[in-house]
Amino acid sequence: MGAQLRIYRQKIRSAQTTKKITKAMELIAASRIQKAQQRVAASGPYSRAVTRAVSAVATYSNAKHILTTEPEKVERAAILIFSSDRGLAGAFNANVLREAGELEARLRAEGKDVVHYLFGRKAIAYFNFRKRKVEDSWFGSTDNPDPDIAHEIGQALVARFIQPASEGGVDEIHIVYNRFISMLTQEPEVVRLLPLEVVEEAEPVGEHIALPLYEFEPEEAGVLDALLPVYIESRIFNAMLQSAASKHAATQKAMKSASDNADKLITDYTRLSNNARQAEITQQISEIVGGADALSSAK
Amino acid sequence: MANLTVSVVSAEQEVWSGEARQVVAKTLIGEIGILAGHEPVLAILAAGNVRITQPDGGVVTAVAEDGFLSVDHDVVTVVARNASLIASDEKSRH
Repeated sequence: MGAQLRIYRQKIRSAQTTKKITKAMELIAASRIQKAQQRVAASGPYSRAVTRAVSAVATYSNAKHILTTEPEKVERAAILIFSSDRGLAGAFNANVLREAGELEARLRAEGKDVVHYLFGRKAIAYFNFRKRKVEDSWFGSTDNPDPDIAHEIGQALVARFIQPASEGGVDEIHIVYNRFISMLTQEPEVVRLLPLEVVEEAEPVGEHIALPLYEFEPEEAGVLDALLPVYIESRIFNAMLQSAASKHAATQKAMKSASDNADKLITDYTRLSNNARQAEITQQISEIVGGADALSSAK
Repeated sequence: MANLTVSVVSAEQEVWSGEARQVVAKTLIGEIGILAGHEPVLAILAAGNVRITQPDGGVVTAVAEDGFLSVDHDVVTVVARNASLIASDEKSRH
């Protein structure tokens, strides 16, 4: 067998094994998207209820609270980045890290100091490789987010936020994550978590035009104290779930194009190897014919 | 008598929802009982259970620690990160 032919066969085999792997990963990701999307949907009632409660307090009370008032001067801002634990998801992590980089540049241009909190191994690896400082990081559950970790992150961020800036506290908290729009589109999104911009859901007021007076138990400030960490936590958990769903969708897309490329490579190399085989046969025939000619003319 | 629309939600999912006649919960400053027509309330829950009496007399008990309760126009929402049901007594449900 010709050397060239052997090389082509090797390449075909290698593309075939790669295709098996990428195909399997594509199927796994496809099955996980369903589950991740269901979790996003299932957590909807909770985040809606929390958001409604927070906007009720914000609307019906005029209590001043550290979590809702804009500081006069912002010295330091924190960025929480949601990445994934594993790669092979196309531009998923690159997108979110680029977005975070742009946000950081923007904040620094406004004269703010920036600190980073990370979620997911990929972001941690990115920061470690560049030897950049990270305040705190979490990993290990990006595929299947755990509300307890959201709780932990929420507490860490709120604690840092309550600290005065002179003692190293932060005055602003931003989150950057991939928002799941559809199976085909996931977009990195930047949201300022604190101080709070309560986005009131466009709820139809209906017949209840006269706004009711809310009763708070305990008093307003106490309710806000208890409610805001819960709100932050629910936003973080929601970002985690969206990011997980986006990651699976991105993996599926990336693996699908990898399988398609493997297919194309297999076709190309099969053509080339057919050519090589044919060339080899032609050469052998011409050698035989040439040999026979030489023998008959030597007689 | 008008009924309340109650839903109990945890961070991961909606745990229970349905009609109820009465909701009794324990807040930080004491027990609160809610019937239809209650004024809007936002209360932080203390450790303890939330009892939901259904229109047919069945009682659903939920654990909602570190959560809160909101009442607005006869819609009661019990929200807690780790909300769960203890037992739902549905013997008299038709």
